[in-house]
Amino acid sequence: MQPRSELVHWLFAAGFLLLGLCLLAEAIVGTEVWRRRRWRAYLWPSLAFAIGLFLFPVMVFFASSTLHMLAHGAWAQVAMLAGATQLALVRGKLRSRWWTLAVSLALLVSGLAFLVHEQNPWLFSRSAFLHHTLGWTAIGAAVIPVGQTLRPRSPVWNGAFALVFVGFAVLLFCDRDIAPIFGHLSDVARASARP
Amino acid sequence: MSSSELAGELERSRGRTEQRSWRGLAIEALGLLTALAGLVWAVAQPYRITLLHPRGEGFWNLAVQPPLLVIAVGLLFAFLIAPGIVEDVEAAGRER
Repeated sequence: MQPRSELVHWLFAAGFLLLGLCLLAEAIVGTEVWRRRRWRAYLWPSLAFAIGLFLFPVMVFFASSTLHMLAHGAWAQVAMLAGATQLALVRGKLRSRWWTLAVSLALLVSGLAFLVHEQNPWLFSRSAFLHHTLGWTAIGAAVIPVGQTLRPRSPVWNGAFALVFVGFAVLLFCDRDIAPIFGHLSDVARASARP
Repeated sequence: MSSSELAGELERSRGRTEQRSWRGLAIEALGLLTALAGLVWAVAQPYRITLLHPRGEGFWNLAVQPPLLVIAVGLLFAFLIAPGIVEDVEAAGRER
């Protein structure tokens, strides 16, 4: 009854898509209007924290190697760290806006974990391609929270941050356990798919 | 207040109203467009909707398919989250 790993990726993609839509809505209406209802202020930090929490069972039950386990563990921890600092900022327990840089750290660590644990080249399979793309996207996106820290109300930075999560969702939705990418599929990957 | 000042104030007020309505419309469209994207995906790749032609698949393979998830997220946002935001955008506009 255990779902295949591609199904787990799709479920996380759905979570990221919801997160992206909420952040996009906040970028459109502005933080002041978004936080008029208290529960909405807690929405994105809670979702980030929950995504981190759910990554722990993924780490335990779906990691096919030690490297996979470490990567998923790193994502889980930094996602929870980012969610927790944002929750504390919204609640007023943390006051300095520089704590937003925890999100930068989370994206940077996530990106590095993607790149380090994917040992195959870009065109090995679709999964390998997506790992590389997700990794570099996360590393590039790490600059966005810096912009948000310097200009907290900028719709450009907030919109870009939201679109990063929509992008993550699209990439995760494209994932298949074994599939070609641009017509390329390594013989090794093809052989591993055979029962 | 002179007539030119009044006209200027009216113009600014109209600009704010247009901006507000644009924002409300964008929020309303966000979820529905997402659901529409999922629907288009389902039509483009109907074999992904295993519910339409079940062949003994388990729960996960029937329920967790990307187009269905995209539609579900879009509808969730459109009907649970967006209406409150639109109300607040309008309320904020009235208070200004």
